[in-house]
Amino acid sequence: MTPGSYVVEVIVENKPLARDPEGETIHQNLILKGGYKQVTSVRAGKLLRMNVEANSPEDARAIVRKLSDDLRIYNPAAHTIQVRTVG
Amino acid sequence: MVKVAVIQYPGSNCDLDALEILRGVVKARTDLVWHKDLEHDDYDAYVLPGGFSYGDYLRAGAIAATSPSLRIVKEAAEGGKPVLGICNGFQILVEAGLLPGAVLRNSTLRFVCTWTRLRVETTRTPFTSKAERGQVLEIPVAHNEGRYYLDKEQIPELEKNQQIVFRYVNEEKEPTEDANPNGSVDNIAGISNQKGNVMGLMPHPERASLQELSPDNQTDGRLIFDSMMRTLNG
Repeated sequence: MTPGSYVVEVIVENKPLARDPEGETIHQNLILKGGYKQVTSVRAGKLLRMNVEANSPEDARAIVRKLSDDLRIYNPAAHTIQVRTVG
Repeated sequence: MVKVAVIQYPGSNCDLDALEILRGVVKARTDLVWHKDLEHDDYDAYVLPGGFSYGDYLRAGAIAATSPSLRIVKEAAEGGKPVLGICNGFQILVEAGLLPGAVLRNSTLRFVCTWTRLRVETTRTPFTSKAERGQVLEIPVAHNEGRYYLDKEQIPELEKNQQIVFRYVNEEKEPTEDANPNGSVDNIAGISNQKGNVMGLMPHPERASLQELSPDNQTDGRLIFDSMMRTLNG
């Protein structure tokens, strides 16, 4: 338990079955055209970085996870999220 | 006399168009109501207009969906009153959970502004009661985030409940890929809640309700407002 300020990131992505035209365009028209054939797919998403006062990194993530659900930071019909602490 | 509210959010920009059609064309007593001033369910029907509420930040409609006005709209919806969301209004209703699914960025990644053909899939809603099933309405769209999304396996349920109200179709009335302006799943242009009294659609009926604004003088959008008024007037 280390109370302090934590940096928590939320990554919002379209669900795997929901098409992601932005990722497809970046992949086909930039990365493959640029010669990086090793890259087989790209998904674009949205990143929110938050500073959170909490007792621990786990608490900080739990707060962000809860607010993401409560305030619909993502739409569960179409998106998935990952919540991670980075500092 | 029935009373309709057009709810105005910061960034709404089709509010006055909707107001003009409701007051001037279908002759409904209509108030333009700032979202923070909507404190009681005092109206017989609610229209959430198009625009870019809160700059479309986070996701189109996501922030407006947390406005206290949505509590009133939910209450009205539960009471069976007609609620119509047009474009950004549709996105708000989806984000507020009054309608299922999500509205995502167009598959073309471009803002699309064009006339579309909509096939009426059901006449059970207060917004299509004056139409015939299979009838085609010409109504324009103008949006960047209009791709209706719902997991494929949930579509049959929507279909069974007659919640799919409009589909984009071609001249032969077929829901083809070419007729779909934004990549919506199953060419869906408008849906309703299970009861049918809450409907959202991406096209703008208020922009197709005056002859002067239509390329061929048709006023197909009026059918949606006329249907609503017929329902309200019993």
